[in-house]
Amino acid sequence: MREIAVEAITEAVAAACRDANLRLPADVLAGLGAAFARETHPRARTILQDIIANAGIAVETGLPLCQDTGLVVVFAEIGQEAHIAGGLLSEAVDEGVRRGYEEGLLRKSILARPLDRTTNTGDNTPAVLHLRLVPGDGLRLTVAPKGGGCENMSAAWMLTPAQGRRGVVDAIVTRIREAGGRPCPPLILGVGLGGSFEQAAVLAKRAAILHRVGEANPDPELAALEAEILAAVNATGVGPMGLGGDTTALSVHVESYPCHIASLPLALNVQCHSARHKTVEP
Amino acid sequence: MTPGDRRAVALKTPLTREGVLALRAGDTVSLTGVVYTARDAAHQRLAALIEAGEPLPLELEGQIIYYCGPTPAPPGHPIGSAGPTTSSRMDAYAPLLHARGVRATIGKGPRSEAVRQALVEQGAVYLVAVGGAGALLAQRIVACEMVAFADLDAEAIRRLTVEDFPCIVGYDAHGGSAFA
Repeated sequence: MREIAVEAITEAVAAACRDANLRLPADVLAGLGAAFARETHPRARTILQDIIANAGIAVETGLPLCQDTGLVVVFAEIGQEAHIAGGLLSEAVDEGVRRGYEEGLLRKSILARPLDRTTNTGDNTPAVLHLRLVPGDGLRLTVAPKGGGCENMSAAWMLTPAQGRRGVVDAIVTRIREAGGRPCPPLILGVGLGGSFEQAAVLAKRAAILHRVGEANPDPELAALEAEILAAVNATGVGPMGLGGDTTALSVHVESYPCHIASLPLALNVQCHSARHKTVEP
Repeated sequence: MTPGDRRAVALKTPLTREGVLALRAGDTVSLTGVVYTARDAAHQRLAALIEAGEPLPLELEGQIIYYCGPTPAPPGHPIGSAGPTTSSRMDAYAPLLHARGVRATIGKGPRSEAVRQALVEQGAVYLVAVGGAGALLAQRIVACEMVAFADLDAEAIRRLTVEDFPCIVGYDAHGGSAFA
């Protein structure tokens, strides 16, 4: 049994919030660079160039990559042999968000009551915390500030088994075409396939946040599905910021789970190019 | 090509109707002058004031509304990260504000048919700034002051002074569109 003090968790989350909002992950930058190299539309190239330049300016100036510093989504993998000592994990995470957003001069964008615009919590808490028990005695937290514009374009469908693979690809492509420039393409798409209604959405979010850009699924069938969706989405011509181009998505990631014989749950989590996340192990 | 050497139409505020009518969808513009930030909550309040026939906290005639909720300004900077938010959430209010003289809005993403029609009727344009480039765009903002609704914090109305602020004409005043 290993003890993990809540104070260590708070410190790690605070640092991750600050860091994630300043430094674009290397895989995302590499994906943007590869897209720029391939892109044939002049306007799209200019926009990709600005996006890449923005990542450098954020690090140089200390200004956040994007003014929408997001809702903080945290994926926690807790070893079954670990013991969180001194308080609640959720409170430790929220205290980390509170400190990180205050010290990092990050925008506070959370309403306590969704229908009341005057209820901003003032400290960007609470985070959305997803827990998963894993073997061992470690604690691994991936902190992902998620922007509102791209999250708004996410969607879920309860497809019929008859709609099958074609239905999956069509639903996603239609959604991305309709979204146009709203979610800040180029995008990273997380797809949750199977499971139940709510689990498909969580799988989609995991796929969008936890997979590396350009890294194919280890399952060859899912890798082929990812490639098919990516090609179809890029064939829409939506392009960077919806202003046309070859680059609508940088990467597509699928997470799948067994499902009921009557069902084909599908969820799409849309992640903008400012795909911010930082993993820490307090 | 670096961001500095792209060919751009230099635009100075306040925008004139003639200046706006000369723009075409897809033009790159470099904006210098004054813009006002406003997003969801500020639009709700402006619309409520207009509906109630009450005075507004700013004169809208000839002005530019920037759909932006910046991060807090660090010491030594006029503003924090300051890129555009999704414009379509403000579609319900834009025709009303254009009717009150707003000459341009800046945001990201497509707009409704009603907004595009208002642009044609009023001689106004919709400008697109690169979303997710808030650190880069903040370099082109040289001053920032609170104008109204300070209690809304990031959603307050601020007066920004911009220099060579880069935008692309998304919809022009003639019905043209730069969107794919």
